[in-house]
Amino acid sequence: MLKALIWIAAGAALIALPHGLSFSQQEILVFLTINILLVTSYRLLTLTGEWSLAHVVIMGVGAYASALLTKEFGVYVPVAMLLGGLASALIAVILSLPLFRMKGFYFLIGSFAAGEIIRLLWKHFREPFGGAKGLKGIDPMPDFSIGIYDFDFFEPVSYFYFAGLIVIICMWILWRIERSPVGLTFHAVHWQDKLAEASGVNLRAYRTLAFAVASGFAGIGGALLAHYIGTINPGSFDLDYMVFVLTWAIVGGTGTFYGPILGCVVLTILNEIVLREMGFEQMRPLIYGAILIASILFLPNGLESIVQKFTRRRAKS
Amino acid sequence: MSDFLKVEDLTMRFGGLVAVDALNFTVAHGTIHGLIGPNGAGKTTTFNMISGFYTPTSGKVLLRGEDISGLKMHEVARRGVVRTFQHSTLFAELTVMENALIGTHMPFRPNIFAAITGWDSEDRRGAAARAGEALKFFGLDDLKTERAGDLSHGHQRALGMAVAYASHPDLMLLDEPFTGMNPEETRQMMDLMRRLRDAGTTILLVEHDMQAIMGLCDTITCMSFGKFLAEGNPKEIRNHPAVIEAYLGGARHVA
Repeated sequence: MLKALIWIAAGAALIALPHGLSFSQQEILVFLTINILLVTSYRLLTLTGEWSLAHVVIMGVGAYASALLTKEFGVYVPVAMLLGGLASALIAVILSLPLFRMKGFYFLIGSFAAGEIIRLLWKHFREPFGGAKGLKGIDPMPDFSIGIYDFDFFEPVSYFYFAGLIVIICMWILWRIERSPVGLTFHAVHWQDKLAEASGVNLRAYRTLAFAVASGFAGIGGALLAHYIGTINPGSFDLDYMVFVLTWAIVGGTGTFYGPILGCVVLTILNEIVLREMGFEQMRPLIYGAILIASILFLPNGLESIVQKFTRRRAKS
Repeated sequence: MSDFLKVEDLTMRFGGLVAVDALNFTVAHGTIHGLIGPNGAGKTTTFNMISGFYTPTSGKVLLRGEDISGLKMHEVARRGVVRTFQHSTLFAELTVMENALIGTHMPFRPNIFAAITGWDSEDRRGAAARAGEALKFFGLDDLKTERAGDLSHGHQRALGMAVAYASHPDLMLLDEPFTGMNPEETRQMMDLMRRLRDAGTTILLVEHDMQAIMGLCDTITCMSFGKFLAEGNPKEIRNHPAVIEAYLGGARHVA
């Protein structure tokens, strides 16, 4: 009962949230929503113990696929987004063939190289990827009305509701996977791959599964991004963005489901809102970097460890 | 089925070193079979080849007549051959129950779509029941919520066995199951192994504790320097001149 009330209150707060923000903050909120999906899907991959540097590029695969499908074939936008996710998952399965011959650090570097190859392909082929300038004039999400609310997708508020709903559905699926025997097997693959294998777990198949599912949801995130900003290019999915994803995951902590989300929300608010408001326009990267170092020094288990401290204490008393 | 597991001319070379040299032996169904030998005799290497951890340089491992050498470890496991590891190899970060649940991976294969929709609740119940059964068999059922890494050494060994047992194996390969156990724990574990055998599970074990080996095994194969040395029941092995020589260095008068 109390739980249901908390969920309803949280939902109401999310619906009310954008109305208290300025236009530019509303736009940041949309990006934040998409980034939450990105970092949550990234956590699924880290469950198996592998860290990839291709996640953002694979998100870009979803963005490009969805944009091209609407542009060239006139596919209805939400369907194209779903297909974009599928394209990302498919690319991940193909990439896994060479990449999962490696583990740990070598996988990290291999995934980086694979990502750069994809980015170079986008840059090189003007048809159909638009070369370095990328794709422009991507169809926006068509407006529609559900009676009580008219969705006008040039308004960030509308897009926030739409993207928020999709992200919540995706996160629910990711949560279900993590809490299932499949998720337990991912943990097993991470902590003792040899023992897992001796218990009959096909390591390669489970690593590929985690990679493909994580990539699929990243692809949906990319598609959400593409149809919002209307233009994408190879630079939209560069290593800088990937480093942001890594820092969100590391600062938040990857031990829990909410850790990376916490990292993403806190750092985005800090970077985009607090530091901007305080007038540190030029100095922002410097201060951001200092905060990162401090958080790794003083909170090695991430922001989630603070939350855990409180919830554990409450459980004890 | 007397030739349940048959090892034929099994050989493993690491560079110039021949760790196992043309080894032959047969494990009969429903027995406890011991593999002994001085340190460096190649027992663990043999284990690793049977379980698929290593691919043999040459030779065959036949399970019910099927050649399983060179298969991956999970493929061997799916044919009913499950191993434990030396030392306490466990999922230390997970709870005891979760460890046992991973052991049920083969009888209750997880499915991602069923997991999302929740259609696998019957499987989840079945897996939990089976995991609970395995834990109970090894006397761990009041430790279910403990972290596996926090268990005492003896309990960790027992949990390693429970994880293997949870998958309904036909053949269990136990790599030094009694190391670090006190005599009382060893005695209890021996009892459990006899019960497993009587229930139809074949056991092949490598062990240094001679008292346990002699008291437990139906048949013993002795190896030395990668080669087959002798085979027989405990009494025959104890009095076998070649075995005594291998262990004590050839001087009969020392014994």
